Amino acid sequence: MSQILSMKKNEDAAKKRKPKTSAAQIRVQKDLTELELSSTMKTHFPDPTDLLNFTLTITPDEGMYKGGAFNFSVNINTNYPHEPPKVKCTQTIYHPNVDLEGNVCLNILREDWKPVLNLNSVLVGMQYLFLEPNADDPLNKEAAEELRRNRDQFIFNVKSSMRGGNLKGVQYDKVLVQ
Amino acid sequence: MAAAAVLDGTPAVVDWPDRYHHVDQILDKPGPRTDPSFLAGNEVKDFLRNKCKILVIGAGGLGCEILANLALSGFKDIHVIDMDTIDISNLNRQFLFRPKDVGKPKAIVAAEFIMKRVPGVIVSPYYGKIQDKDDDYYMQFNLVICGLDSVEARRWINATLVNLVDPENPESLKPLIDGGTEGFKGQARVILPTVSSCYECSLDMLNKPTAFPICTIANTPRLPEHCIEWASVLEWPRVFGDKKLDTDDPEHISWLYTTASARAKEFKIEGVTWSLTQGVVKNIIPAIASTNAIIAASCCNEAFKIATSSAAYLNNYFMLIGVDGVYSYTFEHEKRDDCPVCGGEALDISISKEWTVDRLIEMLIEKQDIQIKKPSLSTTTKQIYFQAPPQLEELTRPNLEKKVSELIEDGDHITVTASTLPFNLTLRIKYV
Ligand SMILES: [Zn+2]
Repeated sequence: MSQILSMKKNEDAAKKRKPKTSAAQIRVQKDLTELELSSTMKTHFPDPTDLLNFTLTITPDEGMYKGGAFNFSVNINTNYPHEPPKVKCTQTIYHPNVDLEGNVCLNILREDWKPVLNLNSVLVGMQYLFLEPNADDPLNKEAAEELRRNRDQFIFNVKSSMRGGNLKGVQYDKVLVQ
Repeated sequence: MAAAAVLDGTPAVVDWPDRYHHVDQILDKPGPRTDPSFLAGNEVKDFLRNKCKILVIGAGGLGCEILANLALSGFKDIHVIDMDTIDISNLNRQFLFRPKDVGKPKAIVAAEFIMKRVPGVIVSPYYGKIQDKDDDYYMQFNLVICGLDSVEARRWINATLVNLVDPENPESLKPLIDGGTEGFKGQARVILPTVSSCYECSLDMLNKPTAFPICTIANTPRLPEHCIEWASVLEWPRVFGDKKLDTDDPEHISWLYTTASARAKEFKIEGVTWSLTQGVVKNIIPAIASTNAIIAASCCNEAFKIATSSAAYLNNYFMLIGVDGVYSYTFEHEKRDDCPVCGGEALDISISKEWTVDRLIEMLIEKQDIQIKKPSLSTTTKQIYFQAPPQLEELTRPNLEKKVSELIEDGDHITVTASTLPFNLTLRIKYV
């Protein structure tokens, strides 16, 4: 053991004792305080002392979802960034990549997550889903099929769902804000 | 072995004759690569056998091997922590357990087995979580060996041991030897907290659990695993709402198995079984006894070398790939400056009790040597000032006018992050 003990004495880069802030906590602080939120994205912390749980509201200013406000819950666990944040839509919306339970199909939220990614990457990815809904990765199969088959009808369906319409027996939440 | 006697339940303190014959070949005289500080003979033997206290975390596949190796190589004061109980599926490789032990705590059964089998060794078990124990507990050990299968537990013990290091007290540096296996692959590494690369430094090297795209699971399942993930990721929350899936509850697994089987039938997919269901949701990679044995041997070899200084220890990462043949590679994993656990800088800052938070931030920005822009500040329990997002900026803005001394006590720490800082900065505040 003496080898190890003497080594420490010679090590002049010895660190001062640090506080017990967890690595996940520091990463979340870093990610959050460096978020570059555009005017179309807003975060809300129901309990501001709890940085691990918040809601994200996306209000697209272009594309077919323009005029809506879409809410997502974001939950980060203590194993972040080893594990990705969990993101779920809290409304029933008509979108090919979001199912009626609120699950979101976005590669970096699951199979392509890496610890070098951060909350900014997740938010950018989420925003992109509303600008470019993707018929190739469907979670709402009917919406995806409509988008592929008849784009005009799909846009019509989107508008109608956003007003709180009923499509094929599914009641969608009213998300229009303007 | 014949001379080993267990009298009235307490292990005999006497070692059987010639117990140390082979190990003493190494300890009685220096070799070509022994460290100059090696004290051949009685002194090193006395340390190993009467003074050295070692902690083993995990009494599972790796842990059983580690405990046996340590006891047989002459460590005598061994502590073991494990929060699990013995499952029948453990018995093929966790050789300290027998069918009669199923349901009992691993740590306790393992400790009893070792003490019975290797008289003179004291193994002190703790059946519970590593997080139950405080700094004083970890301070009592000379070395810590981990044989864990959880990333989270490893991150916790790593951060705890890094935080324990006090430059004024050399004894506070506890070498951490970490073993891990996944099927035919494994690794053993030596972490000298704050001195060499830590577990967190290499977090991005980890194989991540295989996750399938959620839309594949939802629409185009092709594998039995897709059906099982459909049941656990999509159907469970749809049917049970907020009720959390407990992967240790056989009823939950049964529900998933039934649901996944029905889905598999619908898509004409074969191969959904009860054990595959459990394997997928618990993310079990089949454990291979021989991989565990090799990795545990490597870890204990390092523990022995570090404890005795009898040979150079691993610097610092040994990787084993036994998938095709036996390949191993040893390299020095480098410490990361931006590691949130062992990286970053700690600065002592002396300020007046009258200084406001705003004044402190201004001082940080002006400080030439750290080049910081837009810093965000917090303590372990509260936010002091956050630059973003807007809600938190607004909430913490009133703190800018407050005196630092109203928010932080003398000697306390502030964690500073900023986009211009690749790492985090820790300030220790002193009032003058
Ligand atoms: Zn590190």
